[in-house]
Amino acid sequence: MADQTARKMEVSDEVAIQITNMNKWYGTFHVLRDIDMTVQRGERIVICGPSGSGKSTLIRCINRLEEHQQGHIIVDGTELTSDLKNIDKVRSEVGMVFQHFNLFPHLTILENLTLAPIWVRKTPKREAEEVAMHYLGKVKIPEQAHKYPGQLSGGQQQRVAIARSLCMKPRIMLFDEPTSALDPEMIKEVLDTMIELAEEGMTMLCVTHEMGFAQAVANRVIFMDQGQIVEQNEPKEFFNNPKSERTKLFLSQILGH
Amino acid sequence: MAIASDAPKDGFRLSMLIYDTRFRSYTIQVIVLILVFLAVAWLADNTIKNLAAKDKDIEFGFLWNRAGYDIGQQLIPYTNDSTHFRAAVVGLLNTLVVAFFGCILATIIGVFAGVLRLSNNWLVARIMTIYVEVFRNVPLLLWIILAYTIFSETRPAPSDFRVTDAMIAEGTAPKASMYLWDSVAITNRSSDIPAPLLSRPLGGFELWGVYVSFSVLAVIAVIVASVLGNRALQARAKAIQESTGVRPTTWWQSLLILFAPVIVLLVAMGFHLEYPVLKGFNFQGGIAVAHSFTALLVALSLYTGAYIAEAVRAGILAIARGQSEAAFALGLRPGRTMNLVILPQALRVIIPPLISQYLNLTKNTTLGIAVSYLDLKGTLGGITLNQTGRELECMLLMMLTYLALSLIISSLMNIYNTSMKLKER
Amino acid sequence: MQEESVFFVRGEMINPRSAPSSQSGTVKWLRDNLFSGWMNSILTLLGISFVIYVIYASLPWLLNGVWRANSLSECRAIIEASAGPGAEGACWALIRERWHQFLFGFYPPEEYWRPVLAFALMFVALAPVLYSDNRRSMLIMVGGVGVLLFLAMVALDGSVGHIVFTVLVMAAMLALAYAAPGKLFWVTLLFPAIGFYLLWGGSVWGPIGALFGFGIVAAAYMLLQDRLGVVVSTALGFLLACLWWLFVQTHVTTALQGMMPIGLPGVDSDQFGGFLLAFVIGVAAIAGSLPIGILLALGRRSDMLLIKTLCVGFIEFIRGVPLITMLFTASLLLQYFLPPQTNFDLILRVIILVTLFASAYIAEVIRGGLAALPRGQTEAADSLGLDYWQAQRLIIMPQALKISIPGIVSSFIGLFKDTTLVAFVGLFDPLQGITKIVRADINWKGVYWEPYLFVGAIFFVFCFGMSRYSMYLENKLKTDHR
Repeated sequence: MADQTARKMEVSDEVAIQITNMNKWYGTFHVLRDIDMTVQRGERIVICGPSGSGKSTLIRCINRLEEHQQGHIIVDGTELTSDLKNIDKVRSEVGMVFQHFNLFPHLTILENLTLAPIWVRKTPKREAEEVAMHYLGKVKIPEQAHKYPGQLSGGQQQRVAIARSLCMKPRIMLFDEPTSALDPEMIKEVLDTMIELAEEGMTMLCVTHEMGFAQAVANRVIFMDQGQIVEQNEPKEFFNNPKSERTKLFLSQILGH
Repeated sequence: MAIASDAPKDGFRLSMLIYDTRFRSYTIQVIVLILVFLAVAWLADNTIKNLAAKDKDIEFGFLWNRAGYDIGQQLIPYTNDSTHFRAAVVGLLNTLVVAFFGCILATIIGVFAGVLRLSNNWLVARIMTIYVEVFRNVPLLLWIILAYTIFSETRPAPSDFRVTDAMIAEGTAPKASMYLWDSVAITNRSSDIPAPLLSRPLGGFELWGVYVSFSVLAVIAVIVASVLGNRALQARAKAIQESTGVRPTTWWQSLLILFAPVIVLLVAMGFHLEYPVLKGFNFQGGIAVAHSFTALLVALSLYTGAYIAEAVRAGILAIARGQSEAAFALGLRPGRTMNLVILPQALRVIIPPLISQYLNLTKNTTLGIAVSYLDLKGTLGGITLNQTGRELECMLLMMLTYLALSLIISSLMNIYNTSMKLKER
Repeated sequence: MQEESVFFVRGEMINPRSAPSSQSGTVKWLRDNLFSGWMNSILTLLGISFVIYVIYASLPWLLNGVWRANSLSECRAIIEASAGPGAEGACWALIRERWHQFLFGFYPPEEYWRPVLAFALMFVALAPVLYSDNRRSMLIMVGGVGVLLFLAMVALDGSVGHIVFTVLVMAAMLALAYAAPGKLFWVTLLFPAIGFYLLWGGSVWGPIGALFGFGIVAAAYMLLQDRLGVVVSTALGFLLACLWWLFVQTHVTTALQGMMPIGLPGVDSDQFGGFLLAFVIGVAAIAGSLPIGILLALGRRSDMLLIKTLCVGFIEFIRGVPLITMLFTASLLLQYFLPPQTNFDLILRVIILVTLFASAYIAEVIRGGLAALPRGQTEAADSLGLDYWQAQRLIIMPQALKISIPGIVSSFIGLFKDTTLVAFVGLFDPLQGITKIVRADINWKGVYWEPYLFVGAIFFVFCFGMSRYSMYLENKLKTDHR
């Protein structure tokens, strides 16, 4: 606890995301089972687990890219139901970064960044561009503004994707394996950006296997397997003193070499 | 374990019809349904009013009236006393026969041209490229009309084939001569080819006005049996290969099984050819194939062949070079590589466009009206329609028939596609 | 102790040397490409004999061609006189006399400048679609078309007034492309009305009135879209526009025509023919089928069962029946389906049915383009909060259409070739309609190679050119910034 407070990242009491008793099936396959989870504003959560454990599905449920069938998901006080207005509201407050970046290849970097502010937030173009340039500066690639995504390296593309989400001024950021499609030398530049973001107090949910990142910024690590939360703990405890057998096995596999 | 609860069920509000994803799609679909219904009702209302104004109705009884026109090419007996329905059936059969032979010819041409285009022989590859590009980029109608015009305007009249005593005495040749050892004559009227005849046929019976010949049935049965026998032979060879590792040589046995029984049967039934002979002003005997049929067949198969050539070429090119390199690296010889690695994959790519070309060819047979080939379009959608004035009924029947043909062909394709789909995650 | 050292260091780099002589030169090429085995040698010999045969059969005929004569018999007399009795030759005099019919049908010759100008403007309208991001290419295209148009005008039309007018129009286009390439898109939007007016002529107020209807749709969309959503606002606008078109437009346009009678001499539909007709039908059908095709493709991918079924049913029905049946529907049946006493032009009816026909094929092409897009694109658009129509318009369609351009071009080639079928419903297509008329002329009875070669060659040039262009686009797409 002591070194947790040493990092000037404060967690407020305000609830950002509340998931209760959430279940999801793909057809007959039960992907998410009885998920209960509360995320405080400013919390940085790393979710890990073997592939197929449902961790990506979980965070995709949070901005309703996937539909849950049972239980409640309340994001920033708005419950995700089948109501389109609520969905739109949640989506404009939750930013998402994908494994494969999903930048729009037919638009320039700047256009990628200003698209949603202009069309969803109805921001004037000029203002949107100023904001976009600000965030491009933050992810340290302002000089690429007029290139197309295909002309950038993977690491740069992912940083653009982060900036694209930030342009919507989200209160929560979701990261779906943001570094797993990247070459090793590019992972660091993306992680640096994410760490910076964490230090500014952004609420973050991050599916990743970057344990270094988890130890550096997370204040909670959640381990999932077979669609359920198996263990969650502070990073230090989680890595040094895992309780569940499954967690131990998983950690030995990813840290083993 | 906590008891899972459903999403909240608060009261139903009207706005939920639009903003709730559960109801939204139903709302849209209901609106669309109403619009479609209105549109159909509007069209139907117009049609009824228009029909009433012209003092017409919709009924199909005319199909059983006397047709009163002749059809040059008929696969089942037909006279101008037959019904419109029978005329339509004759037309449909004419469509099918030209489509059937067209598909076979086009496939042969297309496979040859496609493979030769990829050959490393520079000259042949260029010639095939020119063939493909010329035929693909000029309307099919031009090829049909041109073929027909060439046949009917450049070929000699039957009388030019006549050999008189004076000619023999002088030793001069007639103006025109027959092809293939005097068995085929192409005049400006028709192409006369030998007719296959049986001197000891097996008889037959009449079924729904169509003569069913036992001889034909027997030939079909023997061919099917031979194919099955050959398959059994191949299966045995495979079994031997799997148990001993050595594949026995089977090609001569295959040939024997495939062809000997049919030949024996044909000889037993007294198979012979009747050659066309010039008598008077025209050729008699043999089969007179109308130029409309020949022109349509030639144009359709050359035109579609060009497209099939492209499909074949694309299919072979689609198989990555790595595949053959991998097979070579495993020590397979080129022939085996082709059979076991390339072809199975290339066919998967080639067959779907091939079948859609068959579909196109079948639909394109309708262009036969340009050369007065009486197919379904020519009979039901042409003369019958004009004679009876029943546009709605004729067009409806004709469209439905073509639609059924297309659906049959494309459902075959779908069955093939699902059975051949690569097993992937 | 005898162990060899693996140490090696190169002191001097080796310069490339030329290959041994057996690896290059003509002999090597011949051996590799023509005579690499007995099979290949046989093929080569067959090929050579085929080429020689073709040349032997056609070269004298081509060389003896006659360009100036008044009838086929005169042609033959000239050939016999120059090349000896029994010689055969092409009688191009027919083409020389009738080329304008093959190109324009019975369009009044003094108005030829109008279809030619419309044809040129079509390329100007295409420029922003093809080169949206490249002003230089746009300028080259507009300028090139302008020069060709000038040459065509000088060759076709002696009238100085027409030449000056067309040159001014093209100069304005060029200036527009230079100053504001984005604005050129307006030409694309207005082209249907401009083209229609140029081709058919009549009062200028008719097309303007029709355009005004589309203006109503656009205005309703702009004003109401925020509150009512895309579909409802467009539908409302369309409803208003329909009211305008059906009940108000004629009164307003007649009044305006009475006050300001501006217009070109009208040309009747039955004067259209030849390649002019082929282009009018082909271009109108493809342009019209694009929006319908996009909607059908989206509908086919929809997860709403009813909409999906309707779209699939429509597409499969159209693709299952031959085009000829659609044409006969246009000429025989359409009159039954429309309110009594509606009677409009056969060309327009054919265009409507051909548009429906093409839209099914275009829908399948676009569906292919949509399927080629990674799922992540939709997800990213969703996660940014874009709604369905915004995502389609801003993210999905720009990419899917770009991927589909080669397919659209080949649909157009197919359709362009198929326009020859309109002859069967009594229109004068270049192949069947016009050629029949020409061959029925007493002076030219008996020619067949020449008109077919001429028409076939023009088709070939256009279709081959377009297919090469779409191949080029396909290759460019592969390497484009993606």
